[in-house]
Formats: sequence, C-alpha cells, structure tokens
Amino acid sequence: MNPNTKVRLSGANAKKLIEHALRELPNEACGLLAGTEENGIRDIKEVYLLRNTDASPEHFSLDPMEQLAAIRDMREKGLNPLGNWHSHPETPSRPSEEDIRLAYDPAATYMILSLESETVPNLNAFRIRNGEAEWEILELYD
Amino acid sequence: MQITVTGKRKELPDGTTVEQLLSLEQVDMPEYVTVTVNNDFIQTADRAAKELHDGDVVEFLYFMGGGC
Repeated sequence: MNPNTKVRLSGANAKKLIEHALRELPNEACGLLAGTEENGIRDIKEVYLLRNTDASPEHFSLDPMEQLAAIRDMREKGLNPLGNWHSHPETPSRPSEEDIRLAYDPAATYMILSLESETVPNLNAFRIRNGEAEWEILELYD
Repeated sequence: MQITVTGKRKELPDGTTVEQLLSLEQVDMPEYVTVTVNNDFIQTADRAAKELHDGDVVEFLYFMGGGC
C-alpha cells in the first residue's frame, strides 16, 4: 500500500457510479474520474460515465472520442483527470491480470467496483505501476 | 510560442513537433497514448512531422481498458 495516496469520493458520486454499473449489467461499465489533488490527497469531484466500446461482461475499453469530450469538460470546470473506474460484474474488486497489463498510465487512480455480491457493492482504488498494483486509501464522505 | 499541454500553458520553441513534445513532457509509454491537437486526433505515424503552432491545445489520452 502507498500510504501517501488517499482518494476521497462523495457518497453521491459513489451512488452515481454504482447505479450506472447496475444499469449496464451484464456488461462491465466504465468511466473517468476528475478532481483536485493536494498533499497526496485526491478529491474526486466528478465521475464520468462513458461507453464501454467492448460491450462485454469481461472486458472494457473507453471510447477515445468520449474520453476527449470528458477531458474538455474537466478543463472547463478547472478539474484534473485523476483516473478511471470500471466494474467487475462477477469478480472481486481488485485489478485483474488484464487490468494490470493494460494499465499504461502510472499516474492514474484505477477504481474498481465489484458487483459480485448482489447486496453489497465493493469499491476500491488502486495505483498500477510497473506491473504492480498498490492499494490507495479510499474515503467515502457525505 | 505558447501552447497548452494537458491544461497547462507552456513556452516551446517554434517548430516543436508532437513527437518532440512527448519526449519533452516525459510521457510514459507514449506508444499507448493518443495525442489530440485542437481536438483533432493525430495518427502515430504523423507525430514526427506534425509541428505545433502558437495557441495550440494538446491533450494526451492513455488507452484505458481492461477486463475482469
């Protein structure tokens, strides 16, 4: 675990992300995270819901056009791109081998929502560098 | 010339190319980055020839994907 990295996410944004992921079942859902960063604390201010171009229960890819549109929106709002999120419909909230292999941005937060439990969604955040995943401290707030 | 790179204003020599900018910015794994200039997607093969101009807005988009 990298003790210097903490990620804050509001309950409203967590709900937005979870509701979208449930709507997209059985496929994986995905999107981007934007916010501010200060003293090693990442504050997610905006969760973007993007199309999974793979339309698959086992894979996801972000649409580059939607990615660019989201980045432009972040710039207009004075926010920074901080990472991405995706759902695992039937597997745990941890980076899979494919997630790690395709994690090209070492500065990004990778947030993974597991819907493995039908009653308790499980959300975690990671940093993936040099083929290694490190937990980030995820704090949910009202 | 002044350009905006990932939201930040930068002063760069005239004639700087996209490929040189990727190097100057020390972008990790540039082969997996899509570059846009003024919202136009730049083909990887065109990076070395594509010169930037004053006022240009550049974004670096990492491929983002994975699987469970």
